[in-house]
Amino acid sequence: MPWLHWGVIAIVLPLAGAMSCFLWPRRAIPLGLVTALGIVACVAGLGWQLVEQGAQRYVVGGWGAPLGIDLYADGLSLLMLMATAAVGLGVSIYSIGYFNREKARYFWPLWMFLWAALNALFLSADIFNLYVTLELLGLAAVALVALAGGAEALTGAMRYLLVSLLGSLFYLLGVALLYHSSGSVDIAILAARVESSPAVWAAVGLISAGLLLKTALFPLHFWLPSTHASAPAPVSALLSALVVKASFYILLRLWLEIFPPTSAVLGQLLALLGAAAVLWGGLQALRQTRLKMLIAYSTVAQLGYLFLAFPLASITGWTGALYMLLSHAVAKTAIFMAVGNILYFGGHDRIADLDRVVQRLPLTVTAFALAGASIMGLPPSGGFIAKWLLLEAAIRSGQWWWGGILILGGLLSAAWVFKVVGYAFTRSRAPHESRAVPVGMEWSALAMSMVAILLGLFASWPLALMEIGLPFGGKGAE
Amino acid sequence: MIPAVLYALVGMGLFALGLFALIVHTHLLRKILAINVMASGVFLVLVALAARTRGAAPDPVPHAMVITGIVVAVSATALALALMLRVSAETGRAELPEEPLE
Amino acid sequence: MSWDTGMPLLVLASSLLPGLVIFFLPEERVVTRTTLNLAGATLKLALVGVMIWGVLYGHHYETRLPILPGLDLVLRADPLSILFVALSSILWLVTTVYAIGYLEGSPNRSRFFGFFSLCVTATVGVALAGNLITFLLFYELLTLVTYPLIVHRGTEVARRAGRTYLFYTIAGGTLLLLGTVWLYTLAGSLDFTARGFLSGLDGAHHTALVIIFVLLIGGLGVKAALIPLHGWLPQAMVAPAPVSALLHAVAVVKAGAFGIMRVVYDVYGIQFAATLGVTLPLAIVAAVTIIYGSMRALFQDDLKRRLAFSTVSQVAYIVLGIAIVGPVATIGGLVHLVHQGVMKITLFFCAGNLAETLGIHKVSEMNGVGRRMPWTMAAFTIGTFGMIGAPPLAGFISKWYLGVGALDGGQGWVVFILAGSSLLNAGYFLPILYAAWFKAPPDSWPAERSFGRRETAWALLAPPVVTALLTLAAGLLASAPFSPLQWAHFITTLEYAL
Repeated sequence: MPWLHWGVIAIVLPLAGAMSCFLWPRRAIPLGLVTALGIVACVAGLGWQLVEQGAQRYVVGGWGAPLGIDLYADGLSLLMLMATAAVGLGVSIYSIGYFNREKARYFWPLWMFLWAALNALFLSADIFNLYVTLELLGLAAVALVALAGGAEALTGAMRYLLVSLLGSLFYLLGVALLYHSSGSVDIAILAARVESSPAVWAAVGLISAGLLLKTALFPLHFWLPSTHASAPAPVSALLSALVVKASFYILLRLWLEIFPPTSAVLGQLLALLGAAAVLWGGLQALRQTRLKMLIAYSTVAQLGYLFLAFPLASITGWTGALYMLLSHAVAKTAIFMAVGNILYFGGHDRIADLDRVVQRLPLTVTAFALAGASIMGLPPSGGFIAKWLLLEAAIRSGQWWWGGILILGGLLSAAWVFKVVGYAFTRSRAPHESRAVPVGMEWSALAMSMVAILLGLFASWPLALMEIGLPFGGKGAE
Repeated sequence: MIPAVLYALVGMGLFALGLFALIVHTHLLRKILAINVMASGVFLVLVALAARTRGAAPDPVPHAMVITGIVVAVSATALALALMLRVSAETGRAELPEEPLE
Repeated sequence: MSWDTGMPLLVLASSLLPGLVIFFLPEERVVTRTTLNLAGATLKLALVGVMIWGVLYGHHYETRLPILPGLDLVLRADPLSILFVALSSILWLVTTVYAIGYLEGSPNRSRFFGFFSLCVTATVGVALAGNLITFLLFYELLTLVTYPLIVHRGTEVARRAGRTYLFYTIAGGTLLLLGTVWLYTLAGSLDFTARGFLSGLDGAHHTALVIIFVLLIGGLGVKAALIPLHGWLPQAMVAPAPVSALLHAVAVVKAGAFGIMRVVYDVYGIQFAATLGVTLPLAIVAAVTIIYGSMRALFQDDLKRRLAFSTVSQVAYIVLGIAIVGPVATIGGLVHLVHQGVMKITLFFCAGNLAETLGIHKVSEMNGVGRRMPWTMAAFTIGTFGMIGAPPLAGFISKWYLGVGALDGGQGWVVFILAGSSLLNAGYFLPILYAAWFKAPPDSWPAERSFGRRETAWALLAPPVVTALLTLAAGLLASAPFSPLQWAHFITTLEYAL
């Protein structure tokens, strides 16, 4: 249906949802849920349209590039939208039980704004619009982090805001230089015009620095653990699963389309930092005594995997990294939900005192274990598929040492997953009061972890979708 | 062209100064101001680079970007100030606590 | 989906679905749970029977599901998989009965039986795997689902044993993954093919193939408890007896040995492996394991630990049979897979009976127990003699073939290893028998439970008796048409293109 632009609806619907949740706080939950389901339907519609007709470009207001704003959807954006929709639906259901009335009236509008920003980001076709959506994303995320109240959350939010603004400013300066050297901000036009020159190199450096800060790649990850750990559980899930991935998406997109081909050195550097992130994050995770901090450090490690694909520069490598992104988004959401349940249940998240939680919260521990399997890369799970693809790409390109990092990272994740699961099976020294966890929270955690497993059994379908519009056939790939 | 290049360099300088201030100062209000200075620097660069040949009309697209950027900066500053007030109300100081040593 | 493509999935589902349902059953629903357990086990046995019949009549059972671009998940019933699947199904039924009796009244039974069923599902998946990636998937799944069984009791000791288990098995799984991916990049396919699919590869890759072999065997050797990767096995004895029985006879250890079979026969091909020069080192590792396991067993007083080291030693026989090039040795290795399973499970059942009924955990406590529990000890005796290799029991058949095969293959030194280990087996098993039958019993047993006039509960007594009879039958009826030996003959003719 040519007149129905699913992408536009996917952006406008959450905005409308946010407004209505703000104006009618008593009805926030049903409005939020309806919006969530609507967005899922839109993404499905967009996916169907992409399969039928290939990559889509929508010209907002009829003006067209280089002056107007275009929206562009190919397999890569579809993948990101699908990840967002899946995680979004899960988090929406989870949040019904999680937030009390007082917090819920602020949570739902902010969450809908965040979703709108994400959808707009993944569909943007020019680098300035990406800046705008990136800022929207950051502001909404900061507000969500602050939602928990209390000193820890507020300072975490403040730090996050400053970091976010810093990253965006670097990015914007890079955009300014790129515009100056090539005369356009539209990605397709830039791809044709950009050439190796000092201004472009400076722009590449600035943009990368800003985006790497926002994606928390080692050593710019310092802000992530405290921010993700102090936020409410569903917000932590959103941050780890989606928000940090948005800046990664931008970096990937620009790398594939715009950055000059002689960025091979930059690719090696990125992978090296990624390897450091995997090892550092993994080791730090093992040292933690509190669950939420542990999971936050795991995010630092998992983000490192994504950067291993850069020097490999093959379609297998890219699809592997993106499958890792998708699986991690789903699995990390499940894990944060499980941790949220445990916190809700026992009032604390100290690992050593998990007091046979497995008997009292079997669904939650199962969700944790299944999602942990995906994070470790054990079959059958999406994480395993991603690990396989990245290993294959590493071995084929002769750079087998990145494969070694993958293996080591998997072993480190296995260590913390089973450490937690082991404690959850044994009796603690001091049993404590407990609070029943709402059914919706347990089941949404389990459902998310099942999706992570299903991603391991039905991989060919998302992998095929990713390639619509040949996003990896651009300059950065072979 | 030369004044444009000068403005651009000043903009870069502001950016660098703001970055330095952001890192060095601990008081939140100073950090927020530093961000604003950095933003102004970027906007100045954008405006400066909008100049084309001498005499011809400047390129309007970067101007539009600057206006958008100012709007974003204002909203972000508002949020930052509100957060800063809450932080100082909760913790008694308008400073971020030391990062836990890794 | 026709019968032929759906059958492997049905066999998997017959334990997967009851398992998933059992997880949600409340603890008190004993009858429902027992019914589901036994129904699933019986159904699986029936389906396997149908599959065997079908294979003999030329049906080709294969399920293919795409998992990755260019790679499929393949479940296939070929003669080797049938061997393992049949063993697993029969022993699962027996173990289910035993476990129901053993865990009578203990907590968390729904959880236990849920994971128990998943464990068998994973084992059957390993057996039916038609290519290396499917094998890898179920192999790792096996690790995941056996862990909760090991830590079932919830004690600190159990947690630490579980941690050790994971440390070894996850590391092993990593090696297996590396080897598999690398192999895939070189060979482009991972489907199991009789006589292997690697011999056509360019000679320049031979070093890589040797390294891959080491990686694969290393990964598989962890579960198969080859030296020096066996460390987890004695520690895993902290699990309840049905778990030890299942792990040692059916599931984990056999999965490792089975995997080695697949790699040597259906990935590399025995002849190609010989030309690469990897068979002799493998045989040596197996031989060292045989002797080492037997020697450690001599010094264990804890009965289950003694049996654990005996398993380490016995499974290495299978690997030894695989590593010797020659059809007779292959038959020996293949048939020992079945025989060792049946014999070892008998011994573990008996050990469990002694612990449950009389509180006996150590060999030194077993004086005179033969008079108190005659049927149990009779089954134990049969199992023991089978292990030592006394004719006409099953163990004798395997050792005979291994010995003759070694001489055929020019590896005469193996005969000394076999003889030596038989002596050692006698050394650590015969004293138990002597003490049990001929020494005077103590005044009271450590923790006796009375079962009226019976020596112990039916559910605990019947399984070891059944498996002991199977041990006898496998030996006495070895030349009957469907004995494990004949099936091993059949598989070997395919592998060597005789």
